[in-house]
Amino acid sequence: MTLADVKRGNNFKVKNIPDDMIRIQTLRMGISEGSNLNCNEKIPGGPIIVKHNYQEIAIGRSLAEDIEIELHPEGSD
Amino acid sequence: MISLSCCSNLEQLDIDPNKEKIVLVGNPNVGKSIFFNYLTETYVSVSNYPGTTLDISTGNFEEYIVLDTPGVYGVSSFNDEEKVARDIILSGDIIINIVDAVHLERDLFLTQQLIDMGKKVIVALNMMDEAEHRGLNIDIDQLEERLGVKVIPTVAIKKKGLAKIADSIEQAQKGKISLDKDIQTKLDQLEDEIDNRADSLLILEGDQYVAAVHDKQAFELREDIYQKRRNHVNKIVEEIISKEERDNSIGDKIGSMLLRPITGIPILLVILYALYQFIGVFVAQTLVGITEEMIMIDIYQPFIINLVSRFIAPGSLLGKILIGEFGVLTMTITYIFGLLLPLVAEFYFFLALLEDSGYMPRIAALVDRGLNYLGLNGRAIIPMLLGFGCVTMATVTTRLLGSKREKIIAIFLLGLAIPCSAQLGVIAGLIAPLGLDYFIIYVVTIFALYAITGTFLNKVLPGDSSDLLIDLPPIRMPEIKNVLQKTYLKSKYFIFEAGPIFALGAVGITLMKEFKILDWIKNAVAPLVVGWLQLPKDATEAFVMGIIRRDFGAAGLSSMALTNDQTLVALIVLTLFVPCIAAMLVMIKEQGIKQAAMVWLGSWVAAFAVGGIVALFI
Repeated sequence: MTLADVKRGNNFKVKNIPDDMIRIQTLRMGISEGSNLNCNEKIPGGPIIVKHNYQEIAIGRSLAEDIEIELHPEGSD
Repeated sequence: MISLSCCSNLEQLDIDPNKEKIVLVGNPNVGKSIFFNYLTETYVSVSNYPGTTLDISTGNFEEYIVLDTPGVYGVSSFNDEEKVARDIILSGDIIINIVDAVHLERDLFLTQQLIDMGKKVIVALNMMDEAEHRGLNIDIDQLEERLGVKVIPTVAIKKKGLAKIADSIEQAQKGKISLDKDIQTKLDQLEDEIDNRADSLLILEGDQYVAAVHDKQAFELREDIYQKRRNHVNKIVEEIISKEERDNSIGDKIGSMLLRPITGIPILLVILYALYQFIGVFVAQTLVGITEEMIMIDIYQPFIINLVSRFIAPGSLLGKILIGEFGVLTMTITYIFGLLLPLVAEFYFFLALLEDSGYMPRIAALVDRGLNYLGLNGRAIIPMLLGFGCVTMATVTTRLLGSKREKIIAIFLLGLAIPCSAQLGVIAGLIAPLGLDYFIIYVVTIFALYAITGTFLNKVLPGDSSDLLIDLPPIRMPEIKNVLQKTYLKSKYFIFEAGPIFALGAVGITLMKEFKILDWIKNAVAPLVVGWLQLPKDATEAFVMGIIRRDFGAAGLSSMALTNDQTLVALIVLTLFVPCIAAMLVMIKEQGIKQAAMVWLGSWVAAFAVGGIVALFI
């Protein structure tokens, strides 16, 4: 599944960020393939806000559709 | 050795090359400026960094020179901020790296990169109070041990720890690097060749600019190095932080309210309404009433006319140019300082508040979807909002957009449908007495054209626009000193940028009037203005003035006797009308003459077509 499919409160793991530049940028902000994240907010039709500890990042919807993730079995907060 | 081309811009900042440089480096919104102000209390100079809109503060601390840098997430060349920060960091002797204790995972990436560059570093672990408040325990000794550099806890806004930073400058040292053997070997080899460790690392990380300076090919090891650095940093963070569960802070709660559409959109609307009330009503009418009419027209103008008249006959051509109806010393000075400056300054003040409180990126996230239809992403809200201050300046900031395509769309929309604050002020003054229905027609017309143009450009321009990827800083109370400084710098930039062109335009208008060119133009376009737009012939004068500056044109309208319908049509035409000369010059510089000409011609067509259609229907 992709990042665009998560719901608010979901915990998930990032599997694959295909775009090179995006991968570099998220690496610097603290997120990489393998990071465990939480979906903090999902703006209808708009960006997904992910949270990692206290770090929040807004990711545009179509970019989110390209990022592969895996939901954690324990599910939501 | 410091490479020539990387620092040629730096030399223009006029700093003593014999002194050692302390450079302040940190992610955006970590409180760098407080450190800067603390260290350099006595003498500070702020200068524009050549080729950018960025201002760099420099000052003295003991025998050192202190330089501030724009907030960045890493040292590289992805945008203007990073290029400027990169140049300054490369030239620095000692780096004070300010990190946000609450965002160590993010911030230590930059720290580790600075250490990997072989720079002498001191780390200021800032916002320790907030970290404590959130129940984060940070093992500072262990962090020092792992980084290999001095780490000093601080709470900058309460001045805690700042004295210790100042006392510890001498203790800055090279830290422990995160690179593996293989990369280390490559780095050593390159360093042997170019004799510069920091530059060598950036070349390995694929920085084309730094590579070009040394006549080298950039390597393609960025991702490899970044990934290892990231893993290294994550491990450090894991070791040094222990967490106790605490409730979310008040800032977090506000932050998520601002993002959640159900609360965020109403809050955004209220803020925009407050902005409108403040600019459109308080500043544009009350304050400008004082500055423009009482100070400039009643006191300053009689004074200057009297003074100049002693030496130059007011009826002569030179007299008209200087102190006539459109005089450089009368009208130009009055408009710039009496009308535009108060409007622009308070707008920038408001904007600086939005920026420093951490609200701006949340607005970007909220409006991202809407802007996607126009081929832009949420980040474009920054130049769009800036455009309401001054389109010229906003045009320059379109550089922060991800692709050429987005820049074209943003510049087109800015040039076409965003009225600048000065114009907005005059428009608000003219439209408010007409009543709500006129106001709604005006807003809906402009907005519709904005949306249609954006959607159209998004369809016809080739390629893809970039997606939103933006760091949301915590919501914090803005530091008022910082906000005022930003306001001052932007306002100053505005006066220097717009002032000369404004004066030149005034001279042009005087000459056109003197040699009856204006009358000739009025007659030539009469069928269009009178027949199609149903406006009086004199309205052309306002449009011609509008070519020079749009608000100039709007101000010209206020002295004309127009019916309500005519006022509305004239305002719509003027809003959509060609960007002012200053904005055009910047567009030519940013996008080339061809595209600037397209924006210019497109504005003519759109302004007259839409104005005529509205005239037909009301």
